[in-house]
Amino acid sequence: MATIDIGKAGALHGGHEHHGSYLEGKGGIWSTIWDWMTTVDHKKIGMMYLVAILVMFFFGGMAAIMVRLELWEPTRAVAGGFEGNILGHMFGEGANLGKSNEFYNRVMTIHGIIMVFLVIVPSVPASLGNFLLPLMLGAKDVAFPRLNLASWYVYLFGSLFAILSLLSYGVDTGWTFYTPYSTTTDEGHVRVVWMVTAAFILGFSSIFTGLNFVVTVHKLRAPGMGWFDMPLFVWGIYGAAIIQVLATPVIGITLLLLLFERFFHIGIFDPRLGGDPVLFQHFFWFYSHPVVYVMILPGMAIINELIGAGSRKKIFGYRAVAFSTLAIAGISFIVWGHHLFTSQGEVASVVFSALTFLVAIPSAVKVFNWIATLYKGSIILTTWMLYALSFLFLFSIGGLTGLFLGSLAVDLHLHDTYFIVAHFHYVMMGGTIIAFIGGIHYWWPKMTGRMYNELAGQIGCALVFIGFNATFFPQFFMGSRGMPRRYASYVTEYQFWHQFSTIGSWILAAGLFLHLFNFIASLVNGRKAPANPWGALTLEWTHASSPPIEHNFEHEPVVTHGPYDYDTVLPAQTKPGDYVLPRPAAGGAAHH
Amino acid sequence: MATIDLGKHGAHGQVPANDDRPYHERYHAAHHFVDREHEFDAVKMGVWLFLATEVLLFSGMFVAYAIFRMMHPEAFINGSGYLDVSWGLLNTVVLLLSSYTVAAAVRHAQTGNQKWLRINIVLTFLAGLAFLLIKLIFEYYPKFVQGKLPGKFFSYPYAENPYEPLFWGVYWGATGIHASHVIVGMGLFAWLYVRARKLHFGPGHYNAVEGVGLYWHIVDIVWIFLFPLLYLIH
Ligand code: HEM
Ligand SMILES: [Cu+2]
Repeated sequence: MATIDIGKAGALHGGHEHHGSYLEGKGGIWSTIWDWMTTVDHKKIGMMYLVAILVMFFFGGMAAIMVRLELWEPTRAVAGGFEGNILGHMFGEGANLGKSNEFYNRVMTIHGIIMVFLVIVPSVPASLGNFLLPLMLGAKDVAFPRLNLASWYVYLFGSLFAILSLLSYGVDTGWTFYTPYSTTTDEGHVRVVWMVTAAFILGFSSIFTGLNFVVTVHKLRAPGMGWFDMPLFVWGIYGAAIIQVLATPVIGITLLLLLFERFFHIGIFDPRLGGDPVLFQHFFWFYSHPVVYVMILPGMAIINELIGAGSRKKIFGYRAVAFSTLAIAGISFIVWGHHLFTSQGEVASVVFSALTFLVAIPSAVKVFNWIATLYKGSIILTTWMLYALSFLFLFSIGGLTGLFLGSLAVDLHLHDTYFIVAHFHYVMMGGTIIAFIGGIHYWWPKMTGRMYNELAGQIGCALVFIGFNATFFPQFFMGSRGMPRRYASYVTEYQFWHQFSTIGSWILAAGLFLHLFNFIASLVNGRKAPANPWGALTLEWTHASSPPIEHNFEHEPVVTHGPYDYDTVLPAQTKPGDYVLPRPAAGGAAHH
Repeated sequence: MATIDLGKHGAHGQVPANDDRPYHERYHAAHHFVDREHEFDAVKMGVWLFLATEVLLFSGMFVAYAIFRMMHPEAFINGSGYLDVSWGLLNTVVLLLSSYTVAAAVRHAQTGNQKWLRINIVLTFLAGLAFLLIKLIFEYYPKFVQGKLPGKFFSYPYAENPYEPLFWGVYWGATGIHASHVIVGMGLFAWLYVRARKLHFGPGHYNAVEGVGLYWHIVDIVWIFLFPLLYLIH
């Protein structure tokens, strides 16, 4: 573990001679590539993660589009069509593929696995978190830079196994790997093993990141920065990191036991040998419920920054927001049983149902605080602020429907229907991914040194918002009327809403592609970004250039004001004309 | 891990190469830390967090054990009866002794006593090896031959309880994961030895020794629990 041993080459402490941007090339193209591949700079690692995650998001999204396409018709819609022919031949299954529902199951599973393990879990922490955590804390790097790089390579290594599994026709277990599907399907094939191995390996990458961040927050805050002077972004990432460290080992052992079960049939999850498949579900959710907070806490973390800067006001109830983060992290460990209402004992269900309501409280505290922050703020409607507002709306729907599901009697009806699908897409996509996209817009100038086109960003945001709701809101209707999840066919009564949903998914995709083009355009010929285009008050804006220099700051920053003191402090590094949009009054919010 | 060259900017504040003091005195701290002590604290915290993950990993195994023992007490008692307490006990003693030697290694690293640091590292490594050999030769191998294997491979003809394969699943699973940790530990001691030879450790710079030592203690403690749970329940 002692990863901080120094290499042979070393400059004198403090004797760094040049202060170029971290993006500056290192001589020729190959040496630049080599420099990136071996970098221990948290900013570069964050950017590499961002690229990797967005690529995965693209593939996961393509799978989603295929799933929706399939559901256009009540029976096999695309037999022999797009999926059947092209992909069928790719997987060597020929035209038969289009006819079997099995293919649907595999695409649906792949979508889930990519989105959960390769996209959402690492998304915000590994990319934006990596980039920003040291900057916000006023540190030069994360605590263990090489562990950080290792985590990226482990992530790639894990993805490799997922790809191998895919190339051998993928798995049909669902992202939850429930036994006995995962122990019995595809017997004689390695693809399930590869997929489980992928998830196992990705766990290490997640632990590395989490461990690194916890230590960084504890040990590397700049002089003058106490716990309650940290930006709330850091609090959110910190809460998620704790969960990553404490929950991920449990999925590790679970997947290991699953592999044992598959290879040796040791019986742990097999009732014929005295085992218990429900034990798998307990193990799985003991990790996977906390991990939904690994997904959402960083999303919420972003929202703090966006709402603060976008309404030019102090975040209402800083401490309440900070403590609610810890409360969520803690409570998230004791509610896993709400995924097993239909499989565990009755007493356990009642207890878990009661506990589940607890977790909604700190989430609601945050939402109310953000709304209170907006109240009487001078709101600037940039793309990222629109995303923050979308988040409030969508996450609230997701969280509130979570309460329906947490009520025992209601859940017995809704369990394993499209209602669940809609619920978790509202929190995962409507929450985390929406916050993530908002965050990418907000920090884009800082990360790349370029501005993006505001109008295109806003149109993209509108498309995503409309497309998202069109895709997923109908699923609440279908679910409450009994449409089961994970089915390739359905009775014709659901067809209208399924088609509605599929059309929504196209709008959503259009919005996302618009963002992509907007970002590419910005890289190619975007306006150069000023150091602090939004007039924000956290250190990455006030003390670092856009993009930051290799060692982040010219001098170690000393913290003199809080991260949200918009009422009293004129943001440093802000020149008149920097603002792209209505400039907030000097000195803070308009109501003064 | 320790060999990736950090290049100019990942590298740290060493004094120039013509300084001929031992490494641990020359060593400053990675560039993002204030000083050695700062770095030391951070690494220590990292190690403890890592240990927490280890505990949680094994806790899954222990939960599985507890549940199945509750569900099938006879299978576990029967199965346990086939385990040889004396070899288990010997291995317990071996690991306890290694706990002592690894603690001594940390102490000698702190005081900069290079010779005894190296000796204790070697001793701990050998204890790990002894543990594995005993396990392999006197426990795994006979069980393997008799067909006392997990699940599907169980072929022992005289089983008295239909769920005995499950007991062996838990036995092989738990001890196997533990043994793999012993192997990793031995690798770490080899690494420590190489570094100790290069005089990397000394007062104020013994993170790695201490970290590996803590890891080794966890490996011991897990065994201290596994031993009675598997061997001593009849
Ligand atoms: C107010 C907070 C929340 C409550 C009370 C809640 C409650 C629930 C309940 C009871 C279920 C199980 C339903 C069933 O299978 O019958 C569920 C499923 C799920 N929730 Fe939530 N939830 C909340 C927030 C979140 C968040 C923030 C996320 C992720 C970011 C999330 C992700 C999921 C996922 C992925 C599933 C379904 C997993 C599956 O079966 O594939 N939830 N939720
Ligand atoms: Cu849950």
